[in-house]
Amino acid sequence: MRRRLVTALLVLAVVALFAVPLLVGGASEYAGTDSQATELIEGSRPGYQPWFSSVFSPGSSEVESGLFALQAAVGGMVLGYVLGRLRGRRLAERASAERASTPPAEP
Amino acid sequence: MHIAEGFLPAPHALGWTLAAAPFVVHGARCVVKEVREHPESTLLLGAAGAFTFVLSAIKLPSVTGSSSHPTGTGLGAVLFRPPVMALLGTIVLLFQALLLAHGGLTTLGANAFSMAVVGPWVGYGAYRLVSRCGGGLLPAVFAAMALSDLATYVTTALQLALAFPDAQSGFLGAAAKFLGVFAVTQVPLAIGEGLLGVLLFRVLTVNARPELIRLGVLRPDPERAER
Repeated sequence: MRRRLVTALLVLAVVALFAVPLLVGGASEYAGTDSQATELIEGSRPGYQPWFSSVFSPGSSEVESGLFALQAAVGGMVLGYVLGRLRGRRLAERASAERASTPPAEP
Repeated sequence: MHIAEGFLPAPHALGWTLAAAPFVVHGARCVVKEVREHPESTLLLGAAGAFTFVLSAIKLPSVTGSSSHPTGTGLGAVLFRPPVMALLGTIVLLFQALLLAHGGLTTLGANAFSMAVVGPWVGYGAYRLVSRCGGGLLPAVFAAMALSDLATYVTTALQLALAFPDAQSGFLGAAAKFLGVFAVTQVPLAIGEGLLGVLLFRVLTVNARPELIRLGVLRPDPERAER
């Protein structure tokens, strides 16, 4: 019971940590720190031109978010698969241990 | 977040690539060795890679009004030691540089150095320090995850300051400026990543005990009752 409570509180803390800025921030655009850094560079070196451009750029921001979502989905799937297998293994081990310790009811 | 494509002058790009390359090669050999000698580790290796893959895809808002993403390299550093993450982190960076126009090929070396080398090592150091001081496993994991995240972006800021020193205040002025962007935004994200790492380790300590004992993360104690 206490274990569950700790888990719930941890999840809640993680959600709150990222929900609070969204609620408090109001009109902020939440620009990425990488584009902010790019602006800083362009501010301090007005003439700076990137000397290489990405080999492939997603056509629109929708496509880009889609690809980011895909990356998260693939990672989440693998992580879920591993945790599921580990948990299944433990349950199977426990079940076979119980079977071994209690003799079968019928011969 | 990572340094954008083309935004490091060529000598810096080359220098960081040369600096990161030996770590990545060594990391690749460590991964191959681990899989060959302990095939049962493959599952957890997959989990470590997947964790970094998920976390670095999620851009999260921060109290500073900007957004960034965590790195998730602390998990693998704690489980398999940092060299393994040099390879896994670089694979994630390469994927993002090629398909998402996030980071870049010319800045891959610098980004790999910050995310796949400095981050994991700082996280691992924090993990060892906290556990040696008797802090217990979960606080040590929290420190590892949070600090590997934060150290990555402190390194990124310093790399940029080195490449673009301020006209008046030089390297230190530029460092303060870039740290203001990267490190400050990252603080709440690092805390969140630390908490996520604790959540994940609570699952792993129950379900992957044999692996964690073999990897030296948990100490074997046979009398410990199942929950």
